[in-house]
Amino acid sequence: MAKKIKITINELTVEVEPGTSILEAARETGVIIPTLCYHKDLCVAGNCRVCVVEIVGQKRLSAACATPCDEGMDILTNSFKVRNSRKHIIELLLSEHNADCTRCYKNGNCELQKLASDYKIMTQDFIRLVPLKNYTIDQFSPSIIKDDSKCIRCQRCVRTCEELQGVNALTVAYKGDRMKIATFFEKPMNDVICTNCGQCINHCPTGALVEKNYIEEVWDAIADKNCHVIVQTAPAVRVGLGEELGYEYGSRVTGKMVAALKRLGFDAVMDTDFTADLTILEEGTELLTRLKRALVNHDPDVKLPMATSCSPGWIKYIEHMYPEYLDHLSTCKSPQQMFGALAKTYYARARNLDPEKIVSVSIMPCTAKKFESNRPEMHDSGYRDVDYVLTTRELAIMIKQAGIDFMKLGDMPFDRLMGESTGAGVIFGATGGVMEAALRTAYELVTGRDVPFENLNIMPVRGMEGVKEASIRIENPLEQWAFLDGVELKCAVAHGLINAKKVMDSILSGKSQYHFIEFMACPGGCLGGGGQPIPTSPEIRRKRAEAIYAEDLGMPLRKSHQNPEIVKIYADFLEKPMSEKSHHLLHTKYSPRERF
Amino acid sequence: MSSNYQLKRVDFIFKDEKDWKEILKNNINRPPQELINELISSELKGRGGAGFPTGLKWKLTAEVDDMTKYVICNADEGEPGTFKDREILSKVPFKVLTSMAVCGHVIGSKEGYIYLRGEYFFLQPELNKAICEFEQYCQEINFDFRIRIFMGSGAYICGEETALFESMEGKRGEPRNKPPFPSNFGYMGKPTVINNVETLAHTYTIFEFGAKRFYDLGVQYSRGSKLFSVSGDTPKPGIYELELGMSLEDFVDEFGDGDTKAVQVGGASGFLVPRKRFGETTIGFQGKLTGISLPTGGSMMLFNSSRSMYNVLDNYLEFFREESCGQCTPCRVGCQQLLNGIKAVKRGEKNALYLDKLLRLTETMQYTAKCGLGQSVANSFSSIVENFREEMIY
Repeated sequence: MAKKIKITINELTVEVEPGTSILEAARETGVIIPTLCYHKDLCVAGNCRVCVVEIVGQKRLSAACATPCDEGMDILTNSFKVRNSRKHIIELLLSEHNADCTRCYKNGNCELQKLASDYKIMTQDFIRLVPLKNYTIDQFSPSIIKDDSKCIRCQRCVRTCEELQGVNALTVAYKGDRMKIATFFEKPMNDVICTNCGQCINHCPTGALVEKNYIEEVWDAIADKNCHVIVQTAPAVRVGLGEELGYEYGSRVTGKMVAALKRLGFDAVMDTDFTADLTILEEGTELLTRLKRALVNHDPDVKLPMATSCSPGWIKYIEHMYPEYLDHLSTCKSPQQMFGALAKTYYARARNLDPEKIVSVSIMPCTAKKFESNRPEMHDSGYRDVDYVLTTRELAIMIKQAGIDFMKLGDMPFDRLMGESTGAGVIFGATGGVMEAALRTAYELVTGRDVPFENLNIMPVRGMEGVKEASIRIENPLEQWAFLDGVELKCAVAHGLINAKKVMDSILSGKSQYHFIEFMACPGGCLGGGGQPIPTSPEIRRKRAEAIYAEDLGMPLRKSHQNPEIVKIYADFLEKPMSEKSHHLLHTKYSPRERF
Repeated sequence: MSSNYQLKRVDFIFKDEKDWKEILKNNINRPPQELINELISSELKGRGGAGFPTGLKWKLTAEVDDMTKYVICNADEGEPGTFKDREILSKVPFKVLTSMAVCGHVIGSKEGYIYLRGEYFFLQPELNKAICEFEQYCQEINFDFRIRIFMGSGAYICGEETALFESMEGKRGEPRNKPPFPSNFGYMGKPTVINNVETLAHTYTIFEFGAKRFYDLGVQYSRGSKLFSVSGDTPKPGIYELELGMSLEDFVDEFGDGDTKAVQVGGASGFLVPRKRFGETTIGFQGKLTGISLPTGGSMMLFNSSRSMYNVLDNYLEFFREESCGQCTPCRVGCQQLLNGIKAVKRGEKNALYLDKLLRLTETMQYTAKCGLGQSVANSFSSIVENFREEMIY
């Protein structure tokens, strides 16, 4: 290891590793330097200049995020010069920012607002630039609202879209005073390659990028006595929601969440984990069918590897970027859409309800789900399968609006029929979870034995590495699966679209031969989704993942096919996986899209 | 012409280049260290305006161990009032090409690029012809060096060296964070020497006549001669090679129209010197505005008493507002605030004290902007507002 560097920060001597930035060194020392364009998930930009510090002996100030420590540096983070400059910079940002805070969706959770408050910017000396320019609010996307008047050009969204997602829907356009964050030819967000993943929202320090919220619509539905409002909650919501309501990162609040939803007035509170389990049976069967057709029938039309289709961000991405590979996608709908289709058929029939009066709401860690529920093909129940999609953040807002003291709530269980789930359904919320759940079921289906991993924990597909690979050798299968004997099932898991791109490109180049791949659009999987509480960071996502796996381990049932409600729905309604009814309600098709 | 006329015309740069083949051949057979020492002893400093010692730049890049390195000639001559590089490239292109090749020999690079300003597209055919001839000769003498032209697209900011690299790499022309510096991490992340056109032309002079001939010109800290682009209220606009260290008074005596009110030294990003300071100001590298000497990329704009300094500043600020790359806050928003601010003062919407607030803002811009563009807006703003305050208000 290289020799440590000795520096002085505000007269405190510290030793740091070579290559440490002044910002990191200061944080280690307990000195807080404000930042805006800096984000732990992203490369250093050094463009907001809020983090400037004085290096004694230098006339100019340096951006702490972008300046590496040098031996003997004498750094001041709160000198006269630094304070004045920093205040100037905040004032400048405010002068070009639509600081109409009380009417902003991000009011209370805005990094610029916090800085203005910390530095007590009480005057408006500089000329307000906002009214002088033509700002547009792009509200065309069903998921994302982009308001340029609130943009501070930190380019965090641009870096997110490029580095984490490899999508590049947002880039910088023009220069000087006209410089702005724009889409291709400034088309509306719903007309470009944007996958609606919402990572830009999660990384935006201000209210320039926010989700399109449907809070009022849901309140209206709840208030409407003629409506039967049911709600489903995605696996990752239960490990994120607490963060908005006073809990530590990665707290499990499943029971309280259900209690809160009931207090809000939903007529039934059920679980997307149920349809996650259902997905496993449908998708697992689909995989085995494809394998059989490939290995036994040598059918040239069968497409392998098969890719998962739970993540709507990933679906839109592949539709744009690799439209010739759509046949590789599993035809299974996402758990949300399966639930929606069943809510207005199976559930309506069982509860003797008019499906037209059912309003189906889902709570998702995701903004792409808003787009997904809006797809024209998602009407297989005869109605719109899912009426409103709320993010974890929107649910937290409703809970606060309803005056619910969340921490004081007792735990409550989900309602029956579509509320039972297994640990396999829960881990859908983490990267690798779908793969692990699928292997738990498929392996047992084929061999009659548990997957050969301790406690069913398939560790190779867990963790935050961008691309994970695993393979399971199938030995001594049951008779009808004899063709799989000795087959090494090769799997890959990718999360964050930039990693999806890597896997796709390696398949395209013929370098990788997989049978089954799990793709999740967001870093960390759904637990790091674009609808989850802000802020996000690798550390926060790790804590949420721990919570998900703890939830799994605590479940009495941990394999999808053991779910009694799953057994029941096949007996009473769907008959068997990939049946005609399943095909009609639970499967879908995809369409190629333009690449800009 | 005043009695104490001190201006010394020099004729190196545009002196014929007929010996370029010989100079190339001789110098690529000299050890790199010797060439570096020669450059260092000449005390040549970068002629683009920033004044970094050229020999040191070559030395630092030569010391980095890398198979791939680049030599880039910065011909993105965008500073308002500067037009010397265009003249060099059209009159003596072989001097520039030769110096690039010698630099390649010194640092261990086989590839050179000329980043040509978008508006200079008309130079391209002739320059390409010269490059062809040059590369042919390199082949003849078995010297492996190729030069390509990269056309800019007209952004002022791309003259900033790291923004220039970004632009060449096909990205948006935005300055990078420094460090790392180009000598370690330049074009394509490789060690790169990037020199102004004129700097390369001067190195040719040094290789042709030796460091001493160059060093003997000029004054301490500011050795050699420099091309000046003279424009504005002058009976003889044009390009002149003059010895560094001249006093501005002598310069105005020679080039002024007898009614010179102020001279803008170094273009829009330089300083405005009012008549009362002509005597105490010399043109060279060391020092500050109030002190002795002013650095410059060579732009000398003369203004006579018919000119409104408010209009001059308004014009500069409009330029900066548009030409800022827009990435960093102090420059992007600062330029807009300065421009809108002086307009508001002029219209009476803000009182005169607002100018002081703006002066403090330029200080912040100088301290905190990411690159030279935002940092140097303060130069013209403060020198104009401080010296011609009443013109800003009334």
